[in-house]
Amino acid sequence: MAKQLHDFQSGQRSNATMMPFAQMLSEQQIVDVVAYYASLPATPGLGGEDAAEATLKRGEQLAERGDWSGYIVACKSCHGPRNQGAGEVFPGIAGQHAGYIKAQLQAWKAGARSNDTQDLMGSIARRMGDDDIHAVAVWLANQTPATH
Amino acid sequence: MLRQSTYAVLCGILLLSVNAAGADETTQESIDTLAALGYPTPTENELVHIPPTMEDLAEAKLHPQLKRVIRRGYDLFTNTQQLRGENVFNNMNCSSCHLGAGRMPFSAPIWPAAVTLPDFRGKNAHVNNLEERIAGCFTYSMNGIPPDYGSDNMLALAAYHHWLAKGVALYPQQAIYGRGFPAPDRPEELSYARGEAAFQVKCSVCHGANGQGLRVDDQTVFPATWGDSSYNWGAGMVRLFTATGFIKNNMPLGQPNSLDDQEAWDIAYYMSSQERPQDPRYTGDIKETLEQTREPFHKHSLYGQVRETDGHLLGAHRNLGGKPFLKPDTVRARTFE
Repeated sequence: MAKQLHDFQSGQRSNATMMPFAQMLSEQQIVDVVAYYASLPATPGLGGEDAAEATLKRGEQLAERGDWSGYIVACKSCHGPRNQGAGEVFPGIAGQHAGYIKAQLQAWKAGARSNDTQDLMGSIARRMGDDDIHAVAVWLANQTPATH
Repeated sequence: MLRQSTYAVLCGILLLSVNAAGADETTQESIDTLAALGYPTPTENELVHIPPTMEDLAEAKLHPQLKRVIRRGYDLFTNTQQLRGENVFNNMNCSSCHLGAGRMPFSAPIWPAAVTLPDFRGKNAHVNNLEERIAGCFTYSMNGIPPDYGSDNMLALAAYHHWLAKGVALYPQQAIYGRGFPAPDRPEELSYARGEAAFQVKCSVCHGANGQGLRVDDQTVFPATWGDSSYNWGAGMVRLFTATGFIKNNMPLGQPNSLDDQEAWDIAYYMSSQERPQDPRYTGDIKETLEQTREPFHKHSLYGQVRETDGHLLGAHRNLGGKPFLKPDTVRARTFE
């Protein structure tokens, strides 16, 4: 989260609402607000409640096994077991809001977001169709969020 | 579903049935994807086979018990860490090297083993069947001991290989498209320093600055590229051309063929200049071991050579990594006499 706030400050990541607020934060305030959010219990993601079974099945395939016919590697190959995050760099995405995952993948695909290490996310997002982005977003929203 | 054809079929000269046409579409889609990512397209008469997926397995007309065993094979292949301490003594999964759960061309797809074996193998100088070939991976790449021949786990792994080979004729005479890890031509000079710099920029975000990899909840997310948790000195990946071919065709994950040939060779040279667990064929003396294994194997690795940066003799140690034995007794000569 600290990286994202810094990236909003530097303009490496762009969002009309977040950029001005991020600008107002001092280094100490970023540390404090990140610690506060990290202390809150993880709550289930919204936006995947009404997804069709076939869509969820496709989402599960993409997240757990990928679709190599389009060279789309599985989310979990970087985001870790149950997509709950791996190390300092790869965030937990299980239980994230569907609308957020969808917006971010679309932003990477369109080139509007590019603050990932070595374009690791961008290069995969650009190979994903809109239906696949939707499917993986609603499936992830239905998973148990990371507890740490 | 049959997804095997020669390139001639892909070109639309032969369309045998509606099913075959659907299969060819899937094959063509995969080839188009690979071509767009910089892989070569199949040459005329190459055997092209895009294996079925686990989604295809759900639809397949197979006995439910067989499906269960194939699923177990898939599960063992993609999370081999469940055999940690029993058969696996490092941080590798089968799928760490065989990307796409063993299905992907240019990532040493595993189905060819199911249709080309039994065959003579130079590494151990006798005829090996599929189980003995799988045992080789456990012995060297997993720094471990194979599941017993004929055991449930060995049978499940073999069944998964056979499932991926579905529809391919045994002992094909044609060359196989995307077999192994084809390496680009070796450049004149390899550089440890350039390899180290490139590793830190391109590889360390996942594999760690010291090649240690990353584990989460007793599962491997990113495999160790050297050190006690990596493959041992007898694994195919210690050969420079194998590591280069893997890297060039598959790394960074999701960005195949993005490194130039020199970079891929330099990174492989740097990785291969680091220590790892002893070769199970070690006799107790590195010179003797090297003499016995040089021709079929170590002439392609840096084992027994002096590292240029600090004079360290690579492989001159008794470190077995995480395992309590040197060599499983499945490593033995067969004479068929």
